[in-house]
Amino acid sequence: MSVKRKRNLSATIALLPTWFAAVVVFIGTMAWSIRLSFTNSTLFPSSTYVGFAQYSKLFASAKWLASLQNVLIFGVLYVAGCLVLGFLLAAALDRKIRFESALRTIFLYPYAMSFVVTGLIWQWMLNPTLGIQASVRSLGWESFVLDWVVNRDMAIYALVLAGVWQGAGLVMVIALAGIRGIEAEQWKAARIDGIPVWRIYVSIILPQLGPALAAAGMLLAMGVIKTYDIVVAMTNGGPGNATEVPAKFIMDNLFGRQNLGLATAGATVLVLGVVIAVAPFRYAMHMRNQAKGGAR
Amino acid sequence: MNQPHPNGPKPARITAGRIGLYTFLVGAALFFLLPLYTMVVTSLKSMDEIRLGQIFALPATLDFSAWVTAWSGACMGTVCVGIRSGFWNSVAITVPSVALSVFIGAVNGYALSLWRPRGANALFGLLMAGGLIPYQIFLYPMVRAMANIGLYNSLAGIILVHVIFGLPLVTLLFRNYFVSVPEELCKAARVDGAGFWRIFFEIMLPIAVPMVVVVSMLQFTGIWNDFLLGLVFAGRDNLPMTVQLNNIVNTTMGERTYNVNMAATILTAIVPLAIYFLSGRWFVRGIAAGAVKG
Repeated sequence: MSVKRKRNLSATIALLPTWFAAVVVFIGTMAWSIRLSFTNSTLFPSSTYVGFAQYSKLFASAKWLASLQNVLIFGVLYVAGCLVLGFLLAAALDRKIRFESALRTIFLYPYAMSFVVTGLIWQWMLNPTLGIQASVRSLGWESFVLDWVVNRDMAIYALVLAGVWQGAGLVMVIALAGIRGIEAEQWKAARIDGIPVWRIYVSIILPQLGPALAAAGMLLAMGVIKTYDIVVAMTNGGPGNATEVPAKFIMDNLFGRQNLGLATAGATVLVLGVVIAVAPFRYAMHMRNQAKGGAR
Repeated sequence: MNQPHPNGPKPARITAGRIGLYTFLVGAALFFLLPLYTMVVTSLKSMDEIRLGQIFALPATLDFSAWVTAWSGACMGTVCVGIRSGFWNSVAITVPSVALSVFIGAVNGYALSLWRPRGANALFGLLMAGGLIPYQIFLYPMVRAMANIGLYNSLAGIILVHVIFGLPLVTLLFRNYFVSVPEELCKAARVDGAGFWRIFFEIMLPIAVPMVVVVSMLQFTGIWNDFLLGLVFAGRDNLPMTVQLNNIVNTTMGERTYNVNMAATILTAIVPLAIYFLSGRWFVRGIAAGAVKG
């Protein structure tokens, strides 16, 4: 018994740095931030509690409300765009294609690059005076307009375009692996029944990819909440508040405007958002595992 | 991903469907390649040529001066030393961060799955929750705490931050890997009198080499591509390449030198791209393994 305890002691000691990180850094700093969100802290932390005043100020701020709306539009279109394009690419690549591995490489390489790089590339492509718009106009189509990055109504879609370009390859990889994992018998049976190929993909393959695509969508959605780099690189929140996002709002108030209370209130709202988004998913997984009789 | 295809050999006949399929794939390939192409050609043009507004045109003459400027002369605000220093900062940040986080992740995964000391599940749950939460809620207190212990705006500080924020992912991947290692192996070694560290270094770490490669690659590209943490914690002297790149492009006074900007952008992307192209399947395995998280 004492030998066992001694053995476990080494394991416990080995985990101490991680315990420290988990408890002090993850829980401790979060608690500290949440506490600050109930104070009137500006440049320096203050211990004057003001209840939910920072939260009311937050939700009275046009910029914050715009940022929530923007991240919602961006998030839905970005995740949906990546899932749809990624699945279509995977399904097309699965059709016994020449140069499959070269195409796979082409579709995935943007995923290796940072959001800063992605943002700058697309800022350049969409530059109205020198980018695609100018190029197409000089071909003779004088009224061609592609001014998304400087257009208030379109700037958010420029972010979506760049985001989908960066992230669709990830979904393709996951979907392709899933498709290749489906048994050949199902294909044979479906072909014998005379079901058209596209129907097989939609009605037989797609449902089986559900869990894999859900995981990919979840991963992308987690990225959406953290969206910051691509906005800073591409539009810096503008024009106006057209591409302002919560993560950037928080950073600006934290380090630029010295508005600690407001920034931490925003961060707390983001964390709540994640909890609300993840909880049903976790619960569903838990229930499914229970139904299967699994221990976890 | 190279198993024999489940439904027979490649079709020989050309049908309308096949043409549509290839049209879609070629169109998609163009969409994905166009930005890379325009970056490269823009970086090789002179500013006079860029002002013509022919973004897709090939450069009239190959002019590498923008590359030289981007590397050693481009301005960030008033400082004009190029992105060179950022490159070496990124190397100095990334290499130790990856080495440390992979080592700690491997130890964690091994201890959590094969030893399960008291509280193992609680720790794992905590880490997973921590991995999901947006960084913004941790930042300000961390800045204060780091400043108090003298690590704010230092190389050691930014490395520590990367290691801490990498813990959830590396621990998850190694834990999932070690869970599949037969427990008998560990038990037999214990019966033979080997301790925690000896089993780790002599048995488990060699077994886990494939995972070490995958996690290193994932962490390397992730930390190289980081912007937020480098911006907040690295300090002026250690700013990673991504932050310097953004400064070069988005804080320039006067006319933007797009050729220099694009050369700097390519230089920033070149390391992760090289990893991707050289490691191919390992990279794919890495992101597939990482995607299981969530």
